[in-house]
Amino acid sequence: MTGTRSQTLEPPEQSLQAQAAISLRGIEKSFGAFTAVRNLDLDIASGEFFSLLGPSGSGKTTVLRMIAGFERPTDGSIELGGEMVTDKAPFERKVNTVFQDYALFPHLNVAQNVEYGLKLRKVPRAQRQQMVNDALEMIRLPQVARRLPSQLSGGQRQRVALARALILKPQVLLLDEPLGALDKQLREQMQIELKQIQREVGITFVFVTHDQEEALSLSDRVAVFNDGRIDQVGSPADLYERPATRFVASFLGHTNLIEGDLARQLLGAPGPFSLRPEHVRVAPSARAANDQQASLTATVREVVYTGSCTRFVASTPSGADIIFQELNGASTQPPQRGAEVVLEFDRRHAVAI
Amino acid sequence: MAWLGVLYIGSLLLLFATAFWHTDPFTSKVIPGFTLENFQELVVQEAYRNTAVRTIGIALAVTILCAALALPLGLFMAKVAGPKLRAILAIGITLPLWAGYLVKVFSWRITFSQGGPLDWVLAPLGVDGMGYGQPAVVVTLAYLWFPYMAVPVYTAFRQIPDNLFNASADLGAKSWGTIRTVALPLLKPALIAGSIFTFSLSLGDYIAAQFVGGKTQMIGTVIAQNINLNPPLAAAFGLVPILVVVAYLFLARKSGALDAL
Repeated sequence: MTGTRSQTLEPPEQSLQAQAAISLRGIEKSFGAFTAVRNLDLDIASGEFFSLLGPSGSGKTTVLRMIAGFERPTDGSIELGGEMVTDKAPFERKVNTVFQDYALFPHLNVAQNVEYGLKLRKVPRAQRQQMVNDALEMIRLPQVARRLPSQLSGGQRQRVALARALILKPQVLLLDEPLGALDKQLREQMQIELKQIQREVGITFVFVTHDQEEALSLSDRVAVFNDGRIDQVGSPADLYERPATRFVASFLGHTNLIEGDLARQLLGAPGPFSLRPEHVRVAPSARAANDQQASLTATVREVVYTGSCTRFVASTPSGADIIFQELNGASTQPPQRGAEVVLEFDRRHAVAI
Repeated sequence: MAWLGVLYIGSLLLLFATAFWHTDPFTSKVIPGFTLENFQELVVQEAYRNTAVRTIGIALAVTILCAALALPLGLFMAKVAGPKLRAILAIGITLPLWAGYLVKVFSWRITFSQGGPLDWVLAPLGVDGMGYGQPAVVVTLAYLWFPYMAVPVYTAFRQIPDNLFNASADLGAKSWGTIRTVALPLLKPALIAGSIFTFSLSLGDYIAAQFVGGKTQMIGTVIAQNINLNPPLAAAFGLVPILVVVAYLFLARKSGALDAL
C-alpha cells in the first residue's frame, strides 16, 4: 500500500497538484468485532472548513482521532500535507485538536495552558509570552490569563482550548464537537467566531458534529457519515438540494420521501424521491396543472408554528404524509387543521435518491 | 467521643510533660520537675542520634519504594487493564489489610531467614538473600503500608481524563513529558496523602525491626527498651517521630496538597 502510494507521488508536479491537506486512503478501523470505519477515502483541501457530519456512532470521531494520531487505522493510509503519517505518534504530526470536553490542564492557569505546546517546542521565554498575549487577545480573553480552567465559563474554556491549539500554527486544526457542551445562544455566537477565526488564520479546519444545521452553516464542504461509511461529500447546497441517498436526505433537514404508487402517480417513476418541504405549496385555486407542476390533494393533520415559518403535515388519501412549509407573514390565509388542500410542487425539485 | 478526645489528648500531654521529668538513678523512680537532660541525652549520645536518623531514613526509603511501585501499578490499573483484571488487582492490593500484622511480619521473617525461601529462589543465580537487616526492614514495611499508597494513587489516576494525555501528546509531549508535566502534578495530592501514611506508620514501627531487622534499631526499639527503666527518656524519644510527622504535615500543607481535604 505504502509503496504504490509513494510511487504515484514521485513526480514533483503531481505532488504539487495534489495540494490536499489531508488524504485518507482505504481507511478501516475495528475495535474487536465492531467495525467503526469501513474502507474510507477522503481528501480535504488546504484552507478548507470541512465538516464530518453524522449521528453518534457513525465513525466520524474515530476518523478525527485517526487523523490526530490517537488511534491507528486497522488498514489504509493517512497523509498530511503530502507526508505519510499513518504510523506516527500524535506529537510527530502537524495537527492540533480541540477536544469536546476541552481537555484543559486543570493544574495550569489559562496562560500556562496556552503556553504548553510552545514550551515543549523550546520557544524562548520572551517570544512565548508575546505569543500567549496575542493568542489571548485573539480570543478576547486577556483578562483571564492567571485563572484556572475551573474558574472559567464553558464558552471561555472553549476559546482557551482553541487558542492553545492555534498558537502552534498547525497545518490542520481538528475540532471534536467543540460546541456540543454549550447552550444554544452561546453556540451560535461561537459558530460565528469560529468561522471568523478560520478565515483570519487560513488554517484547514476539520470539524466533527452531529448537528446538521451547524455543519451546513459553517462548512465549505461536508462529509455525511452513516454507519462507518461516507454517504456523500459536497458543499452544503449540494447536500441539501441534491442528496445522494435516503439517509443524507433525511439527516439534513426535513424532507418528504416519495416512493411507490405515489411516486409513479406524481413523477412517473417508482423513486424514491426526496422533496424538501419548502418546495411544496398550496396551489392557488385558479391554476391548471401543467407539465412542470405535480399536484395532489391532502388533508392537513398538524400545524406547527416555528416563528419565521409554519410547517404543515398533511395526509394523502392513500395514507402517505406530506410535509410542507410556508413563510409566515404572507398575505394568504394559512390552511387550518382538518382543511382539505391541493398541494403542488415543481417536478424539478423532486430529487431521485 | 469527648472522653475519647480527652483520653487521647490527655495521654499526649502527659507524654509531653514526662519528657521533661527525670529518673532517680538509684531508685529508678520518676521525679516530676523540669529538665532538658533527656533531650540533651538524645542529641549528645551518638547511638540515639544515629537511631533517629536511621529511622527517618528507613521511613523515607519505605515511602519512596511504595511510591515507585504504586505509580506504574496505578497507571496500569487505571488506564490499561480491563475491568476484570483491575478488580483482581484491587483485591490483591487490599486483601493483605485483612491479615494480622504479626502474621505478615512473621512470614517476612521466614522469607528472609537463612536458608529460607528467598535464599532458595536466589540460589540458582549464585546469590544469597539479603538476610535480616535494614533492607529487610524497608521491604517488610513497604509491604505492610503499600495499600495506603497504592489506593490513593490508583484513585487519582482514574480521575485523570484520558483526554488530558491525548491533549498533551497532541500539543507535542512525548510519554515522559506527559508524565512529568501532566500526570505527576495531578497525582501530587495523592502521593503526599499516601506518603503521610507510609512515612508516619514506618516511623512508629519497631516490631518489624525486631523480627527482620537483625541488629537494626529504630526509635520504637529504644522506646520499648526504656519504657520501664527510664520513662522520661522514652517519652522524650517518643516526641521525635511526632515532631517529624508534624513537620512533614506542615510541609505537605504548604505545598497545597491538602487543600482538597
